Amino acid sequence: MKSFTYERARTPAEAAAAVARTPGAKFLAGGTNLLDLMKLEVETPTYLVDVQDLALDRIENTGEGGLRIGALVSNTALSADMRVRRDYGVLARAIQAGASGQLRNKATTAGNLLQRTRCPYFYDTAMPCNKRAPGSGCAAIGGYSRQLAVIGSSDTCIATYPGDMAQAMRVLDATVETVNARGATRAIPIADFHRLPGDKPERDNVLAHGELITAVTLPPPIGGTHLYRKVRDRASYAFALVSVAAVLQRDGTGRVCFGGVAHKPWRVEAAEAVLPKGARAAAAIAFADARPTEAARFKLSLATRTLAAVIAEGKAG
Amino acid sequence: MKFDTPAGTNPTDRMRVLGKPLDRYEALLKTTGTATYAYEWKDVAPGFAYGYVLGATISKGRILAIDTREAERAPGVVGVVTYRNAGKPGVGKFYVQKMLAAPEVDHYHQPVAVVVADTFEQARAAAALLRVDYARSDGRFDLDAQAATAPVPPQGEFGGPNEKAIGSFGQAFAAAPVKVDQRYVVPDQAHCMMEPHATIARWDGDRVTCWTSIQQMNWGTRDLGLILDIPKENVRLHSPFIGGGFGGKGTVQADLALAAIAARVVGRPVKLALQRPLMFNTTIHRPKTIQHIQLGAERDGRLTAILHDSVSGNLPGGRTEPCVTSTRGLYAGANRLTRTRLATLDLAEGNAMRAPGEAPGLMALEIAMDELAEKLGMDPVQLRIVNDTQVDPEEPSRPFSKRAFVQCLEEGAARFGWRSRKAEPGQVRDGEWLIGMGMAGAIRGGKIAKAGARARLGRDGRVTIETDMTDIGTGSYTVVQQTAAEVMGVAADRIVVKLGDSSFPETPGSGGQQGAPSVAAGTYAACMALRDAVAQRLGFNTAEVEFADGQVRAGNRTASLGDAAVGGEIVVEDTITFEKLAEQFNQQTFAAHFAEVAVNAYTGETRVRRVLSVCAAGRIINPKTARSQVIGGIVMGIGAALTEEMAVDKRFGFFVNHDLAGYEVPVHADVPHLDAIFLDEVDPTISPVKAKGVGELGLTGVAPAIANAIYNATGIRVRDYPLTLDKYLDRLPDIV
Repeated sequence: MKSFTYERARTPAEAAAAVARTPGAKFLAGGTNLLDLMKLEVETPTYLVDVQDLALDRIENTGEGGLRIGALVSNTALSADMRVRRDYGVLARAIQAGASGQLRNKATTAGNLLQRTRCPYFYDTAMPCNKRAPGSGCAAIGGYSRQLAVIGSSDTCIATYPGDMAQAMRVLDATVETVNARGATRAIPIADFHRLPGDKPERDNVLAHGELITAVTLPPPIGGTHLYRKVRDRASYAFALVSVAAVLQRDGTGRVCFGGVAHKPWRVEAAEAVLPKGARAAAAIAFADARPTEAARFKLSLATRTLAAVIAEGKAG
Repeated sequence: MKFDTPAGTNPTDRMRVLGKPLDRYEALLKTTGTATYAYEWKDVAPGFAYGYVLGATISKGRILAIDTREAERAPGVVGVVTYRNAGKPGVGKFYVQKMLAAPEVDHYHQPVAVVVADTFEQARAAAALLRVDYARSDGRFDLDAQAATAPVPPQGEFGGPNEKAIGSFGQAFAAAPVKVDQRYVVPDQAHCMMEPHATIARWDGDRVTCWTSIQQMNWGTRDLGLILDIPKENVRLHSPFIGGGFGGKGTVQADLALAAIAARVVGRPVKLALQRPLMFNTTIHRPKTIQHIQLGAERDGRLTAILHDSVSGNLPGGRTEPCVTSTRGLYAGANRLTRTRLATLDLAEGNAMRAPGEAPGLMALEIAMDELAEKLGMDPVQLRIVNDTQVDPEEPSRPFSKRAFVQCLEEGAARFGWRSRKAEPGQVRDGEWLIGMGMAGAIRGGKIAKAGARARLGRDGRVTIETDMTDIGTGSYTVVQQTAAEVMGVAADRIVVKLGDSSFPETPGSGGQQGAPSVAAGTYAACMALRDAVAQRLGFNTAEVEFADGQVRAGNRTASLGDAAVGGEIVVEDTITFEKLAEQFNQQTFAAHFAEVAVNAYTGETRVRRVLSVCAAGRIINPKTARSQVIGGIVMGIGAALTEEMAVDKRFGFFVNHDLAGYEVPVHADVPHLDAIFLDEVDPTISPVKAKGVGELGLTGVAPAIANAIYNATGIRVRDYPLTLDKYLDRLPDIV
């Protein structure tokens, strides 16, 4: 771990300004991902701005009938909130499928969106990795890639977004609110928040340097049956091979988003249009442009089968 | 004490303390966080500095240059140790790995440097400032590529004969009416003990004292002496508490070697721990094996031909993974051929991990037996009963000392409800889940070895036992306590146990499932010597003296035990040695494991529902700690069956998933209802205590029972561990 300067900010704008003026600076919230990466020197920030004192830990009703979730609301608090459990069950289920109780106590809503990939080559600083060291190459391509992306990847990166919560946020059409150093705010639809790797895999999302997430808002509830199904090799405390977040309606329509398959939560609206025809039809469209490695090819049938299980569960429920 | 004839009745048969489920001797310390583990020592080495190990970032080649200047100027840095100032570290006797690249790099993450600084953070930060230039050379990382051609290596000291033929396998197999002929793969596996490898080393002149985490003190002093080029008498090791080892701390690993070397270089005590990624690529692991099994049987199920060929890889000079060990003794069969072959690989060293040979070997053999049972249309339990033998199948004149394998099978089948299993696979459904049952047999050597102990009787009547035995979480303290209490005829709370100090009398330590029986026998010998000394001190007739209820009685005379020490502490020491009986008898432990699994019909996820292990392992000294051992073994077997694999990158030459997120051991949610029971048994050929170990038996055979259950659930046979869903997903029912 490299030495760094540590500062605690008092307001969001002050935090944003502190990071913006310092190259190599980062925000620190729960630290459940960043600190681990710093110990391995995968991340080497020279300056940390701790945002935990900012009053961003409340869940409020919005005027439109939705929820505004402060950036620092813990995963535990969010998934335990009665409004979330009643109206946005997919979100509560997705969060509880992730990490462990201890980590969820510490991890924050904004931080969870910013989790970095678990590609093993990203984690080993001796290996080429365009995400960690732009231009160094991608060791995962042609290497151990069983956990990695099957769609939306590029010749420079086949990493996946590893989290669970974001898939739920995506089917709920959440919006990410930010503030920058000048105090300007913007609202980023979750669909546009995470990027595909393209030729800039070092950028996981569209945030600018020094742009701070202040909240995530949810539109009014859409009803339906809320499901999150996470498939992994062991029963808990593992990242998804494939996950499916779904909100299904009685008439067979619904929304679905896949996790563990791409550099971002993978939701294809055209695939949702054929959901009433079943999992095979929907998955065929969702994964039409898939280009898996041999080791990860199974994720295509796994995604189809998991979606089928979710649809069956939705009908039963 | 020499043990060369089967034990008769002796004080251990009273079973007043032995055989009772005592809580762990050190339970209070461990549950209150006051048991001191290696990295936690402080006051023993005032002024110590922290070391941080930098591992090589290439897999094969040599160091061209190391620029240490920037690191040496970094805040708090005391020194940087590399091959240039480390002296010429030697190699121990059990491992072939070199603890420092010098300057040849033999494998990925082989230590290249130790940065020593006033604080851990300073050492870690400075390590990032080292600049190492390497010349890469081509390495061999692909066992598959060498599987066909790897030779039978020269005979080594461990693991039995590399090649053994009995009868005429080829003819018998050709003639057999029912056959199985398959290949099985067990991947590289990591120990993943919870406590990292850690040491604090202090030099006093030419003597070094280390507080460390090591399973075998006698090998530790020997090997550290060889590595440091000092007499082993100048090495003192302390390891009173160990947070798991599983063979991965058998003898000196890089932490111990490098802490001692670094402390010598910088002239200050040094504390260091191997960071978690280094456990995978720096220390030893269980090496991958590719196993070929051919079974030939008569239509009644009797085996006539058994072939087991196993190939593994290792660093030059390394040992084989002796996968055929169990096959040599588990089943009858007149014509047998077993063979272990060895390829050369430039990966980290393959070496002992819990039940080396037996665990991976049975992962293959016991699937093959399941396949044979199906071909025969025979129940898998019955097939194993039919092939039971009470004599060593390689040497029929040599009986097993005890072999209750059939009782394990029958008892297990009855308790598990095996009769309700559907022989035809894929027949049982519970909602989304396909349900199956599987079983496997197990055999694991009931070894014992020379063990010493010192017994002290104090004026207060307390007896203190000192041995260099270690407790790696297994219950050694309690085993010693119970044995001493039984022999001395006192309550368990009158016994004080001191372990894990290399200056204490020698035992084989924790390894090879021989720790508990050996140290119990050593304790027995020392306590019998103490009884003689007590009787003599009291002037009692030693022939008729009795030790019971804290009293010493002879004729009409009675004294309390403490009376004997009124004139001063009585100290005796003895070592038990073993002769002849291990040649006369094949001494083994046996088990039958039964598993029920659920495989999700949509996703292929496998969840184990319950496991029962029935074990026969001689006298069980403590049913609670023994049960914990077996249950821990089952958990490890669940991991071996379902998730555990170190993935090799054959281009860069290393184990890629080198952390506990990437290498998945079972978590609580993976561990369902487990049960372990022990048959009532004593084995008088083993030792006066008549007890054998169970720590490796509990793992051996668990994974194939689960694999067979998955087959029974799905009808899909997977012979390539771990049985992850990607290997059979497309063969599951088409229910989309």
